[in-house]
Amino acid sequence: MKRYVYINDEESARDIYCDNCISNRKYTLLNFLPKNLWEQFSRFMNQYFLLIACLQLWPLITPVNPASTWGPLIFIFAVSASKEAWDDYNRYLSDKKANEKEVWVVSKGIKKHIQSQDIHVGTIVWLRENDEVPCDLVLIGTSDPQGLCYIETSALDGETDLKTRAVPSACNGIDVELLHKIKGVIECPNPDKDIRRFDANMRLFPPFIDNDVCPLTIKNTILQSCYLRNTEWACGVAVYTGNETKLGMSRGIPEPKLTAMDAMIDKLTGAIFVFQIVVVMVLGIAGNVWKDTEAKKQWYVLYPNEGPWFELLVIPLRFELLCSIMIPISIKVSLDLVKSLYAKFIDWDDQMVDSETGIPSHATNTAISEDLGQVEYILTDKTGTLTENKMIFKRCCISGIFYGNENGDAMKDTELLSAVACGSPDVVRFLTVMAICNTVIPTRSKIGDILYKAQSQDEDALVNAAARLHMVFFNKNGNILEVKFNSTILNYEILDTLEFTSDRKRMSVVVKDCQNGNILLLSKGADEAILPFVRAGQQTRNFIEAVEQYAHLGLRTLCLAWRELKEDEYQQWSLMFKEANSTLVDREWRVAEVCQIIEHDWEVLGVTAIEDRLQDGVPETIETLRKAGINFWMLTGDKQNTAIQIALSCNFISPEPKGQLLSIDGKTKDEVCRSLERVLLTMRITPSEPKDVAFVVDGWALEIVLNHYRKAFTELAILSRTAICCRVTPSQKAQLVELLKSCDYRTLAIGDGGNDVRMIQTADIGVGISGREGLQAARAADYSVGKFRFLKRLILVHGRYSYNRTAFLSQYSFYKSLLICFIQIFFSFISGVSGTSLFNSVSLMAYNVFYTSVPVLVSVLDKDLSEETVMQHPQILFYCQAGRLLNPSTFAGWFGRSLFHAIVVFVITIHAYASEKSETEEVSMVALSGCIWLQAFVVAMETNSFTILQHLAIWGNLAAFYIINFIFSAIPSSGMYTIMFRLCQQPSYWITIFLTAAAGMGPILAIKYFRFTYRPSKINTLQQAERLGGPILSLATIEPQSRSIEKDVSSLSITQPKNRSSVYEPLLSDSPNATRRSLGAGTPFDFFQSASRLSLSSSYTRNCKDN
Amino acid sequence: MPPETSTSSAGGKEGSSGPSSKKNSKKPKYSKFSQQELPAWKPILTPGWVISIFAFTGIIFIPIGLASLYASEKVVELPFQYDQKCIPSEYSNNAEAYIKSTTTNKTCTATFKVEKTMKSPIYVYYQLTNYFQNHRRYVKSKSEDQLRQKSAEEDTDDCKPEARTPDGQPIVPCGLIAWSLFNDTYKIKVKGKHLKISKKNIAWQSDQTKKFGSDVYPKNFQAGGLIGGAKLNESIPLSGQEDLIVWMRTAALSTFRKLYGKIETDLEANEELSLVIENNYNTYSFGGKKTLVLSTATWIGGKNDFLGLAYIFIGGLSLFFAVCFLLMYLFKPR
Repeated sequence: MKRYVYINDEESARDIYCDNCISNRKYTLLNFLPKNLWEQFSRFMNQYFLLIACLQLWPLITPVNPASTWGPLIFIFAVSASKEAWDDYNRYLSDKKANEKEVWVVSKGIKKHIQSQDIHVGTIVWLRENDEVPCDLVLIGTSDPQGLCYIETSALDGETDLKTRAVPSACNGIDVELLHKIKGVIECPNPDKDIRRFDANMRLFPPFIDNDVCPLTIKNTILQSCYLRNTEWACGVAVYTGNETKLGMSRGIPEPKLTAMDAMIDKLTGAIFVFQIVVVMVLGIAGNVWKDTEAKKQWYVLYPNEGPWFELLVIPLRFELLCSIMIPISIKVSLDLVKSLYAKFIDWDDQMVDSETGIPSHATNTAISEDLGQVEYILTDKTGTLTENKMIFKRCCISGIFYGNENGDAMKDTELLSAVACGSPDVVRFLTVMAICNTVIPTRSKIGDILYKAQSQDEDALVNAAARLHMVFFNKNGNILEVKFNSTILNYEILDTLEFTSDRKRMSVVVKDCQNGNILLLSKGADEAILPFVRAGQQTRNFIEAVEQYAHLGLRTLCLAWRELKEDEYQQWSLMFKEANSTLVDREWRVAEVCQIIEHDWEVLGVTAIEDRLQDGVPETIETLRKAGINFWMLTGDKQNTAIQIALSCNFISPEPKGQLLSIDGKTKDEVCRSLERVLLTMRITPSEPKDVAFVVDGWALEIVLNHYRKAFTELAILSRTAICCRVTPSQKAQLVELLKSCDYRTLAIGDGGNDVRMIQTADIGVGISGREGLQAARAADYSVGKFRFLKRLILVHGRYSYNRTAFLSQYSFYKSLLICFIQIFFSFISGVSGTSLFNSVSLMAYNVFYTSVPVLVSVLDKDLSEETVMQHPQILFYCQAGRLLNPSTFAGWFGRSLFHAIVVFVITIHAYASEKSETEEVSMVALSGCIWLQAFVVAMETNSFTILQHLAIWGNLAAFYIINFIFSAIPSSGMYTIMFRLCQQPSYWITIFLTAAAGMGPILAIKYFRFTYRPSKINTLQQAERLGGPILSLATIEPQSRSIEKDVSSLSITQPKNRSSVYEPLLSDSPNATRRSLGAGTPFDFFQSASRLSLSSSYTRNCKDN
Repeated sequence: MPPETSTSSAGGKEGSSGPSSKKNSKKPKYSKFSQQELPAWKPILTPGWVISIFAFTGIIFIPIGLASLYASEKVVELPFQYDQKCIPSEYSNNAEAYIKSTTTNKTCTATFKVEKTMKSPIYVYYQLTNYFQNHRRYVKSKSEDQLRQKSAEEDTDDCKPEARTPDGQPIVPCGLIAWSLFNDTYKIKVKGKHLKISKKNIAWQSDQTKKFGSDVYPKNFQAGGLIGGAKLNESIPLSGQEDLIVWMRTAALSTFRKLYGKIETDLEANEELSLVIENNYNTYSFGGKKTLVLSTATWIGGKNDFLGLAYIFIGGLSLFFAVCFLLMYLFKPR
């Protein structure tokens, strides 16, 4: 499908293509209500509540006033709807601002001012310096005589450097006045979201000559939301407008991510739903039986002999309504609320602000904080993520001579400096390539310094280094590069640029030396992209050696090479290159092919080595997270040796003999297969010894493995804690994430560049580093942080707390709903199984949305352990990873607790308020007070740290319960008139309440204390250590009682699911030096033992929150 | 639980601690709340705390339990179950026919002895069992508005099936509850003298003033085909019909007592009481028992040993836990 854009002819396009009205809105004023309701009701929970609410409108079956469900339901809907509406309104405002922006256009040959939204496809738009581009344009003219302009694309891809854009050759040099009248047609593909591709053609109509088709690339376009910089004016033809621009197309609502916890909560909700149906059926049948036998005898009930046809359904439906509160209506709202607070805590965190740039961390996705605490695999990019991506030229090897080996800095190597000074031809050529084989644009700052605008950090490093070695690239004047070497000015004319792609792994420029007219091919690239193609006769052994040596030091290497081209060879090739550049299909591939033709027979000049320093705190962060049981995979595009060196230097893998690095390599299927099997075999054996085994695989082998030996590789992935994947492409990165996800692991991908975006989007949690490579990754990510080291805090502090808090909050929500529901069910047994509600409508409504949801909301402030303790004992994260705090068995504990409490409340109430005191309203309030007191104590008992807010919420809520009920008791028309005053005057009321509280909490306190003291979980042990004063005890001191548990529960550990326990295989032990560091004083302590013990004891203590 | 007030301080070396001034305005502002660093009390379950909590609970609960039990024991209660006794022997197999018949003599006499001295006021209750005043059809079948004000006389929607007379006149008071009003009556004689059972102030004051209108008079009540319970004096407004008001405070349990009246004189021990019961109310169809109860009251209310026993039990359990944990702590601290 193609689109034909007629330049300067907006009439023809008006009907076919949309105008330039940007709309990010989800709703309009008219469709807001239906669309929003439809969206909300596509969730099962909401459908369920709506059904319940509708059933309640039937007075025959409703036990309580319909308001008790409609009220909360409408409230909840109103909250989410107004949030949506507010967001949408803000989007509308920003759209409006963009749409009403005034722009200069040419219409019917006249330049005029119109609003941005009135631009049509084909309109010629004029921009002035620093204007924002209103839609996607094809450049047709600029103020620059060469037809160049500079744009800043940070809004599009986050890259802050200036990019050059050029007027297509056909339009070059057209007079400004004529541009008003220009006519022609642009043939371009239909809108897509690829901001790096624009394969189109342009043909101008006479009189603008030429009948030639002029190819267009992305270089000839300026896209929406970019800014025009350093250029007086530019004009272009609108090709894509409105929401059809490249930016508009790439916009879109990403698939919402569901946390493991949400999935678990949904599962539990489903289980409760099934339970509810069973209860309803049992009670419904019992009710009907009672009605047919007993109720007929109870003359005062006056059952008619013949009921309507649906009579059998009435009682079950009543019970369905009575039991509908089993599924707490408030849980979604509470969860949404606390989740956004978790996200805010991340945004607010002072300790996660990058002190260099002042950029705070940010949670874009507010819904998945709990997942952070459950991470099992971290897949990390290397460059820019582990390293600073601040490239510094450190060493080089020029024609066999190593510079910078003595002092580690070639800039200070006197030999090199003297070689430069005396103008040794090899060195000069080397420096020339360093200075001009790139796409760098030199600019001048106000004080006259030269600043380089480079797209890649490597180029920046090389040009700067060349400048310091007196080869100063100081001006780029169109195609003419001006270089000053030792005060001589040399000019080079750029003929062609063979751009860098990740497939080619090299870039070249063809320049003409203006001094002597020689045509030169200057290249730089990865060793394997350069060295195989050297001219016959040149020895490359030196260079290979240099590359290896540098890679061992963790330096990034580039080979520089050149070749003189013959005039006719160049001419011939140039034609082919032009042709390839104007193909519409597979242009990139064609260009690469043509480049291949000329890029050979090089004379290698030397090797550069660039250092990319590790970020602060990377080894510590990896070590801590590793101790927390998180497995690390490094996925990098860099070469194997560099990757391994970086991995060693940041504790990623341990050096021999402690660690062992296995390699999967090979060029063919068979080789790879054999190598894979060998590695797998070693892996299977090693678990018996505590050794760090890691494997390394390169992109080529990985491709084969992923395609043919997926199963074996998956097994390897499960066995291995550490892996290094080198030379992988963005899509392979995403595939690896996919693979780990398919094994049911929680994955976190962290990266900083555009090549990490896919991996970040695929992973359960994507973390972007807002680094030097732009904000692309940070934008696509769920969380963006300034530095890798913040990951530690993000996971151990924020993730862990979020998990713990949500685990409590969600189970508690079920607990309190079940509590009141069980009481209703028990009451139905003494009320003739007729479906009478013990509680009145007001109490029921307030119970769920007010009395019980406020105290639990402040559990977002709860901290079971202090941040320092968690940081010092990261193993504790295991409880979150393995989902120890929210799973069917902990839930069963809460279920049992609510059953127990319901029995306590019910039995005590009906016995204490028997005979002459058995007035319905009083009994109901006594039972309700019992529930409220119990739940206050339950929250208090499950709270680990009380801040002022918690005290306020828990005890204030209890007071509020009485105040609210006093108010209702003062209204004569309410059913509760005077009840609460009456009760509070009775000593027996207070005696009953205290009895309820003591009977309900006593056993729970006893069990909790027993577990805490005699069967402590790791968390309990640390709590004791942390709070009983003094320095935090080292783990060694808490060994003895752990051992006794080990004995008791060793049989239990077998029941652990296999793939879970593999997370804590003995093999996962830390390197000894890591442990020593964490224990400070050097206590002899073997982490391996404690880890295995942890995995054993934790299966036992998973119920620690049960009762 | 050592009340250790600690502030979680910043976690070590990393990051910029404190508000270091940077140009970026997006930098979050420091506050104890946003940094989750509010001072917090972090109790843990230390043996000392837990043992003292249990011991304290035990020490508090047992005396309260004893006091409650004592109060409950002090209550003198005289129950007299008469549902079977008041059936003439010829009807003993067909009590339902007896009670439903309009021709049979329902008066029944009996005597019983006061076992202990009873101080006034002595409350006279009737107790019904197996009677479901909490049945859903029953509890809903009333109209609060109609009871409160005359103008809402027609407001009988909730009262079905006792809402209107067959010719469409609204029944006041409508509904099953009022319709099934208890109608046994009691007379008590001591030494041949009538003992006055006061029917004043047996209902809640608040009900009389706010819930039952003083301008609402019974109308069309028990006039339909089916007669339920008691009839009402049509010249007394609902606010004065205390028996009705007591009855309409429905019970939550199927065994309940309702206040019939109060005796304002003391009864001496070993006094013979003779009862004259008008046995009208049908509990025979569903096998419910009817009991007349004379009872005094203390601060805890009527006779109810449950609270006292439960307090002693819970108190004892707490002490047991306290002792157990203490012993465990002494012999095996962890």
